[in-house]
Amino acid sequence: MTSALLEKRKNVGRREFLKTSAAVTGGLCIAAYVPELSAGARELAAAGPGVFAPNAFVRIAPDETVTIVANHSEMGQGVYTSLPMLLNEELEADWSRIKVEAAPVDPAYNHAVFGMQMTGGSTSTPSEWERLRKMGAMARLMLIDAAAQKWNVPASSCHANKGFVIHAASGRNASYGSLAEAASHIQPPQNIPLKDPKQFTLIGKPTRRLDTPSKTNGSGQFGLDVRLPGMLYAVVARPPVFGGKVSNIDSADALKVSGVRAVKQIPSGVAVIADRFWAAKLGRDKLRVTWDEGEHAALSTSKMTADFSKLSATPGTIAKKSGDPAGALASAAKTITAEYDVPYLAHAMMEPLNCVVDLRADSCELWTGTQFETVDRSNAAKVAGLPPEKVKLNTTLLGGGFGRRANPASDFVVEAVHVARIAKAPVKVVWTREDDLAGGWYRPKWHDRFAAGLDAEGNPIAWTHTIVGQSIMAGTPFEVFIKNGIDAASVEGAADILYGIPNVQVDLHSPKIGVPVQWWRSVGHSHTGFSVEAFLDEVAHAGKKDPYELRRKLLAKEPRMLAILNLVAEKSGWGKPLAKGVGRGIATHFSFDSYVAQVVEASVEKNGNVKVHRVVCAVDCGRAINPDIVRAQMEGGIIFGLTAALKTEITLENGRVQQKNFHDYQMLRIFEAPAIEVHIVPSDANPTGVGEPGVPPVAPALANAIFAVTGKRIRSLPIRSADLAESNEVKS
Amino acid sequence: MTSFTLNGKSVSVDDDPSTPLLWVIRDSLGLTGTKFGCGMALCGACTVHLDGVAIRSCVAPLSRVSGKQVTTIEGLSADNSHPVQRAWIEIDVPQCGYCQSGQIMSAAILLKDKPKPTDQDIDEAMSGNICRCGTYQRIRRAIHRAAEISAGAGHAHEKVAQ
Repeated sequence: MTSALLEKRKNVGRREFLKTSAAVTGGLCIAAYVPELSAGARELAAAGPGVFAPNAFVRIAPDETVTIVANHSEMGQGVYTSLPMLLNEELEADWSRIKVEAAPVDPAYNHAVFGMQMTGGSTSTPSEWERLRKMGAMARLMLIDAAAQKWNVPASSCHANKGFVIHAASGRNASYGSLAEAASHIQPPQNIPLKDPKQFTLIGKPTRRLDTPSKTNGSGQFGLDVRLPGMLYAVVARPPVFGGKVSNIDSADALKVSGVRAVKQIPSGVAVIADRFWAAKLGRDKLRVTWDEGEHAALSTSKMTADFSKLSATPGTIAKKSGDPAGALASAAKTITAEYDVPYLAHAMMEPLNCVVDLRADSCELWTGTQFETVDRSNAAKVAGLPPEKVKLNTTLLGGGFGRRANPASDFVVEAVHVARIAKAPVKVVWTREDDLAGGWYRPKWHDRFAAGLDAEGNPIAWTHTIVGQSIMAGTPFEVFIKNGIDAASVEGAADILYGIPNVQVDLHSPKIGVPVQWWRSVGHSHTGFSVEAFLDEVAHAGKKDPYELRRKLLAKEPRMLAILNLVAEKSGWGKPLAKGVGRGIATHFSFDSYVAQVVEASVEKNGNVKVHRVVCAVDCGRAINPDIVRAQMEGGIIFGLTAALKTEITLENGRVQQKNFHDYQMLRIFEAPAIEVHIVPSDANPTGVGEPGVPPVAPALANAIFAVTGKRIRSLPIRSADLAESNEVKS
Repeated sequence: MTSFTLNGKSVSVDDDPSTPLLWVIRDSLGLTGTKFGCGMALCGACTVHLDGVAIRSCVAPLSRVSGKQVTTIEGLSADNSHPVQRAWIEIDVPQCGYCQSGQIMSAAILLKDKPKPTDQDIDEAMSGNICRCGTYQRIRRAIHRAAEISAGAGHAHEKVAQ
């Protein structure tokens, strides 16, 4: 999901969004009442007699256990800690008693803004900012009422603290667990006032993650770890070219592998089902499939690069126009142009995709790490031939998500249900790393063509930006969000630049190509962050201006971005001397409603290898719910962005993906990871995104640092050491 | 039948001796803390200890461990009391957590061999372990911290809240 989509959602009428939600969720009725308060929702949270379940998000047991039901998936971004922090700020339970449980699929757990159950767009904590605090406050008020009734004192004379209701005047207290039964009979309050933020005791404090202990002793359950009695394992042979179909299957040798039970065609390829994963994998190695490769067998990314460049020289659909860009360019004292390219990228979560399915005649149960519960359940139900209510989906921990586990077609879930239909037993479908990298649903390949016009003083007065790349939403139920030919996710970070340039035009070409594409951590911003900020550096140098000073000037009317720009400059020592051979680059980017600025220090070795020494990051994400998680997300986002800048690309030749595993799709490793400093601006504004906004600025800040030290412009990612080796040196 | 010692207990399995140890541990013996990431010894998610040495179990055939001692994350300590686990929790290293069993198992051997590792020692010992969430900086800090804990300075730097 994208920040652009969130913005659209805010702008789109409720009726239209419900229609869209229905399309996305396969016709599920979106509850018009407040679903988290319904009787059904209270039952969802209840577990056993005497348990107090005032709403769908919290329950308190007589044994003092406080269970918080998380309606967003934990994929590393820390929501199994930040969401409980929101709720418990008001609940006032003993933090050490809190356990977190993944929500079942139910409208009560829909995303507070998007109207379906899902995790994405860096929105989990911001979108729950109000609701979860209310859910916690509601529970606390009912517990206080229960105690007050028991003691026959006014509720207003009692207060709650660390899991107890206290009547200070009489010195009495009662634990939440001891009040659970009585609180279950209390009417929910009509008005639920919330604390003044000045009274916060948990929100805003660095707080250790609740999920960490399960991730340091092997007990955390990821999808791949689910085991059912009698469970079989399966792998799927998928076509070597996107859109290919099975023409002929020779399964004789595969079936000879000990443990292989069945080899059968399914819509996405050929499933090999066995007693164990390893037998299934060996069976697939022996399988001979003849494929009808279909219409995409000639796809070539090198040809696409040339085609995109040609297309970018023609006018696209206008996404933004202000002033008179053509006129201003024509009359500019100086003009510069440049073209930028970034490749397809795989998400490459450490946990390869997987899904466990137990399909029965009248029910279906799924276990998987997903970001898209409502969509997945609906799509699974269609394949299972069951109504969605008969499909139970269990969300496990996600071994990384980055967008891949939010697939509009539920590809890895739907396929697993197809496998289950032939397995006739519970089955776990496992993707290998090779399957993952060749499996499509990539960050789109993008091309950006820029022109800028400068006045006699070197200030930019005109900026045109033509973007070429596939639409993520086209061809999915989200297509309704494409307005006037513009998929907002294609132009986010470009059509909404904060810089005060008077004449701006951004236009878009969205070619249709047979490579499936999807949101990838920071989505459109992952390319616009790079191209816009790298080209702005070119503009600064063309106008003989310091890149930081030019940004300051252009951000004069953007106080929040200006503040973090100044902060990152100060903390990085911008302008101060560096060791010989080390260069500094700066970039800012606004995404997911958060402001991020970064400065990178880097050097280039004689052989062209880039060494990143230090990254300084400043972020304004509104109120930081858990500053240590904000810090971790900036650190991780920076490593994710540097990996894209320095290492990874998915290429195709003859329709075939060229990359196989981590030897040719390399991740940044510990010896290459720079020192990272994160500075969080204190803020009373509502919280905004943190999972993705750390990614976009690092690639341009690095490219700008490389220019500072070598005089060579990086206009294509990943950065190639051969282009920077000393024999190619140019002097700036 | 292949017999070996897993986390201090004798086990026997009838998997084909060429089966990678990873899948024997996960699918036949049901210990799922050891993770699958690449199948080619490229990512380190499957790291376990074989007679006190860190190995990638995804490329180690079962036959290689016959009669030997294998330790997985579950055997390092189930109660998170190992200095590396304590340091990992103190510094809140994991994000998604999927690679962390392997990271911790690699770090435990590094500290066994070099009780006070330098940054360069850490680079060398930990470069086989990928973390896609990018927790490298915290892994480095946590290894230094684990060295302190092991050396008996366990309470010197308790500073993270809660």
